[in-house]
Formats: sequence, structure tokens, C-alpha cells
Amino acid sequence: MFQQILAAVIAVAIALAACFAYFWGTNWVLDRLLMARPGMSDAALTRRDTLRSQVRPWLFIGPALLFLVVYLVYPVFETLRLSLYDKFGTRFVGLDNYVWALTDDTFWRSALNNVGWLLIVPAFSTAFGLIIATLADRLWWGNIAKSLIFAPMAISFVGASIIWKFIYTYKGPGLEQIGVLNAIVTALGFPPQAWITVPYLNSFLLMIILIWIQTGFAMVILSAALRGIPEETLEAARIDGASEFRQFFDIMIPQIWGTIVVVWTTITITVLKVFDIVYAMTNGEFQTQVLANLMYRWMFISGDYGRGSTIAVIIMLAVLPVMVWNIRRVRAEVGTA
Amino acid sequence: MSTIATDAPVALGQAAPTPRQRIKVGRILAHLALLLFVALWTFPTVGLLVSSVRDRDQLAISGWWTSLAPSVRLSAARIGPASGQTQEDGKYVVKGNLFGADARGLSIEGFGATNADVRAHPAGSTIDDFNGGSLTVQSTGDYTLSSPTQLAYSGQPRVYFGVGSPPRFTFENYRDVLAAEGIGQSFINSLTVAIPATVIPIMIAAFAAYALAWMRFPGRGFVVALVVGLLVVPLQMSLIPLLFLYNQIAHFFGGEAKGYVGVWLAHTAFGLPLAIYLLRNYMAGLPREIMESARVDGASHFKTFTSMVLPLSFPALASFAIFQFLWIWNDLLVALVFLGAQNDRVVLTGRLVNLLGTRGDHWELLTAGAFVSIVVPLTVFFALQRYFVRGLLAGSVK
Repeated sequence: MFQQILAAVIAVAIALAACFAYFWGTNWVLDRLLMARPGMSDAALTRRDTLRSQVRPWLFIGPALLFLVVYLVYPVFETLRLSLYDKFGTRFVGLDNYVWALTDDTFWRSALNNVGWLLIVPAFSTAFGLIIATLADRLWWGNIAKSLIFAPMAISFVGASIIWKFIYTYKGPGLEQIGVLNAIVTALGFPPQAWITVPYLNSFLLMIILIWIQTGFAMVILSAALRGIPEETLEAARIDGASEFRQFFDIMIPQIWGTIVVVWTTITITVLKVFDIVYAMTNGEFQTQVLANLMYRWMFISGDYGRGSTIAVIIMLAVLPVMVWNIRRVRAEVGTA
Repeated sequence: MSTIATDAPVALGQAAPTPRQRIKVGRILAHLALLLFVALWTFPTVGLLVSSVRDRDQLAISGWWTSLAPSVRLSAARIGPASGQTQEDGKYVVKGNLFGADARGLSIEGFGATNADVRAHPAGSTIDDFNGGSLTVQSTGDYTLSSPTQLAYSGQPRVYFGVGSPPRFTFENYRDVLAAEGIGQSFINSLTVAIPATVIPIMIAAFAAYALAWMRFPGRGFVVALVVGLLVVPLQMSLIPLLFLYNQIAHFFGGEAKGYVGVWLAHTAFGLPLAIYLLRNYMAGLPREIMESARVDGASHFKTFTSMVLPLSFPALASFAIFQFLWIWNDLLVALVFLGAQNDRVVLTGRLVNLLGTRGDHWELLTAGAFVSIVVPLTVFFALQRYFVRGLLAGSVK
């Protein structure tokens, strides 16, 4: 059993040694090949210097670029290609898979559910995060509170799913309920429910899990942004007699608006890719299917690479606006040099 | 004029609360609201932890929030026959214990003559008309049926009662889940996946980040844009082509398509965009003078990087390492696709999903298993929270 860990540690050592050997070795070779030799003209020296300084960055970036191209860039194009092919990826079928998707009930159910997730999870996570950040920054035990609310960020989606499935668990009427939700419901005099199987409500119950995880993320980022607000602006508002609510909505929110947008979009991306929660809680049953899980089903259960790829491409299309926006933002910052 | 008009109500200060009072009420509300949030965010995990150490039988019949109270189970027993009555102080009595010989710390919460009023009478009280006598039951299970006249019931009448067993906490669930359910093996598997896949990308990313931050060359802007773009590409786009690729390689070399090496490399690649982005931002923020003085001293880029930039970037490296470790430890999809779900190599998250399928009602196993899986990330998180937060801030706001 522990041999396995040993093997992993050895793998780390080998990988690090290989990395170091590559970086050191290629640099050494470059310097050797383009070394200044006695009797060279100034022009030749300069040419060698420029050549060296143009090759070296690519030696540094090389391995990373190789990984990115093989594991992320090439697959994007390959998945695009496969989405135009049949089940086995051998026969060209044009847009058939897309036509199938647009006329398939399960696909629409998943897409609609995804829209629900996209509207609800980022909204609630960001709102709760903002409220908690604002409250915590005013109270002496705020940091402890933030730490506790942040902790679910570290828990896996699967772990969180078990935590919440236990909360939603159901025992027949008359028995004592061991799930918190049903215990509260029966204490209020209503009959217990098998919540996970109640369509539409159940999707919302799954979303709560992600909200529970993502709120901490929103809180940390927004808390930092709130602290960055210049004290003078708040001071001025206070002197003018603005209420706490006015200060919050008229002074603080506008100043951190950019951060709110970033938090919102980051959570949106997470939501689009959410797979584990649905897979662990219902596996898409009871009308809770989402695109990421549907894609997994078509790919690995049905073995249909065409349709699986098509769904992946559609998820990618949904991410695309954020991607373009991010790139433009960074380009403006770094420049294109 | 208008300023005076708006100032007037404040100046008059009729029944309006003074600012001080208002602040006090606001403060209390703020404390309460935050407390509510903290409770909502921690109780789910606390419930899991408490449940995982409860006795399996108690867990199945009572909520975790009652775990300190004795759990009550309904039961019934027969009292002795009328032929066994004796005379005491001029009364006819039948005595005995409802638990029989073996009471083992059990206690009677309440009792009754019929199934419907099992707990109508608390322990120590008396039912006055029980088969012609009055029945007293103590919490120990001892009962006395007494009557001034001779008792003349037939057979052995039943008494219904609620038995409370004392709260019992145990680590048995952990023992079961670690050994019999294979969580122990999966824990090792998760570590085997996570250690190399956390370390390998760091060095590769660090070199690339340095080049993107401190070297001027054509194509730099394009590579930065590529990295930023790849930050959000859904993993789903990569799975099918990579699986094809792995199968072809395995076919060519005659090995197995699914294995640890494949997962390490996949995690390395998927972690690289964030790693390069984080490290580049951090390195670009290092003071220019340091770089320049190193260059003036004749140090090559390679030397500057290994001897100065790398040590100075430790906080960023740590941030990324924590991210990557948590992400890999918590990942389900990549491990499922590239490593598979066979028992000997499935990772913790995969094993838990399997358990949910096969042992969905065994909450003692599920809660213990889930806790084993979350204890590592929670420890990392609370121990290194500072670096984690710093990485989060650098990774999303910039």
C-alpha cells in the first residue's frame, strides 16, 4: 500500500530532475552554440546576441506550451471536429448532432436547468458573500466568522454532496426524521418529503450546495475590495448624515462594482462546469440533469463521442464570452508586445 | 433655505431615536445576522462529524442534534403470571424486571398498558387499573403490580414502554469504512495522485512565468492571452480527444491507457494556466532593480531565475501549490476518466460516490467516509489559509 506513495515520491524526484536537466541543459547548449568567438565582427556578435535573446524565452516556455497545446488547445479543435462526426468519430455527419441536441427533450431539460443554476447560484453566492463581508468587517469576531464560512471552499463537491444529502434524507411518515430538513418540516406539522425526488424543487436543493461552497469565495474577494475603499469617501458620507444603508448602496457598491462583476463571472464559470454535485446526488434523475453530467453520460455510458463532443462544444460556447472578455482585459493591461 | 428645512427634523429630535441608540440596535442586529450565517455554514459539517462517531443503531433512528440525549426505542414485555404473586404488608404483589436479566444501562422513559399510550406514564409513576391492580414501573425496569385483593388475571399481560439507551459514541464507523469499505486504500490512491500532480506543474510553470514576466520577445502577448483564455476552457472539451490519444499511445506501446502517469500529466496540464497566470502576476510585481542589478553583475537569465526570482516567489508558489493540491484532492471527473473506478485505484471522491450508490442508507459509513475525505483539505486550509486567500485574490482580481 505504501509502496504506491513511495512510487509517487520517486516520480516527483524523477520529474523534477528531468525538468531541471532540461532547463539547465538547453540553456547551456544555447550559450555554447551562440557563444561569442574570437575574431567575430561586431555585427555578427550583435546578431548572435539578438538570436540568443529571442530563442531563450521559448526554451523557458517550451514545456509549459507543449502541455497546454497537447492537453487543452488541440483537444478544443479535436472536440469541435468530433462534434461533426458520428457515434464512433469515423463518419462525417455535418450538423446532425447539433440538430439532435436542439430537438432532444433531455438536452433542453439540462440546458434549462443550467440556466437556472446560472441565474441563481452566482446571484445568491455573491449577495451572501457581500452581506457577510460587510457585517464581518464591522465586528470584532468577524475574522473567525469569515474563516468558518470560507471553510466549505476546501471541501470537495462530493463531500459537500454527502453532507447535504444527509440534511435532505427522508424516513417514512411516523418514524423519527434523521435529516434536519424533514425534522424541521415535521416539527412544523407538515408531512415529511423525499426532497431529492421532487422535480424543480430538487434542482434548487442541489444549487444550495454550490451556494454554500461558493459564498466563501465571494466573501473573501469582496471583503478585500471593501477594505480597499478609501476611508475619506465613507467619512464624507457619514458627515453628510447618510444612513448605513445609503452608505452601503450609494458609496460602497459603486466603488466595488468591478470586483462584483469578476466574482459573478468566476462563479458563473464554475457553475457551467458543475458535474460532481449532480452526479453524486441524483445522477441527473428526477429532472435535475445538467449539461456537464449529460455530456458525461453520452460519452462514457452510451459511448457516443459525437453527441458527447457536441454537448462539450455547447458548454464551451457558453464560456466563450467570459473568455474573450478576460483576454481583452489582460491585453489592455499587459500590452501586446 | 432648503438646507435649513432638511436639517429641521434632526435638530428638533422629537421621538426619533438618537444616533447612539440606533447604532446599538444596529450592532446587535449585525451580531445576530452574522451569527445566523455562521450557524448555517457550519452546522452541516458539524452534523456530519457528530454523526460519524455515533453508534450506528442510534444514528439510524434519531437526529444528530439529539445525540446527547438518550435515544428512545419502543418495546414491550410481559409481566409475571398471577400465580407468582406474593403477599407483602397485607397486599398481593407481582414483582419483576421488564428487561429480564440483562438491563445493560438501559432505562425506561415511559410506559403504558396499550400500544397507543406507550409513553403515557413516566417512569416511577403508577397505572391504577392494570388487570385489577396498580402497576408501578421504575426507570431501571423493576415493576410492581399490587392489589389489596388477590390478583386473578390470566396469562401474562403485556406492558408497552419506551427504552432509552444512553448516548454512545464510537470510532467503529471509521474502522469499518477504512478497512471493509476500502476508504483506506482510496486515501492512499488520492495521495498517490495528488503529490506528483501538485509538484510537477510548479517548476514548469515557474520558468514559463519568468519568461512571460521579464523577457521581451515577439509572441509574448499572444502567449499571455492564450494562458488567460485557457483559464476558463471547460475540462469537458479535453476529455474525449485525450482519451483517444491515451488509447492510441497505450495501443502503440502495449501498455494500459488508464494509469497514474496519465492522471499526473493531465492534472499538470490542467493546472498550468492558473499556475502560469498566478506566478507571472507575482513575478511581474517584483522590483525591477533586483533584476537589473543581477543583470549588471553579469548573471544570466537562468541564474537570475534560479537564485533570485524563485526564492522571492515562494509565497506565490505556496499559494498555487495549495490550490492545486485541493483541486486534485477534491477532483472527481479527471480521476474518473483517466484512472477509472476500479476498486484498487479509485480515488476518495470516486469511492464515496460508489458508496452513495451501494450503501445509500448507511449514514454511519457515509458520514465517516466523507469526513475522512474532508479532513485533509480542511487541515491544509486552516493551516495555510493566509496563502490560500492571497492566491485567490491574485487569481481572480487583477
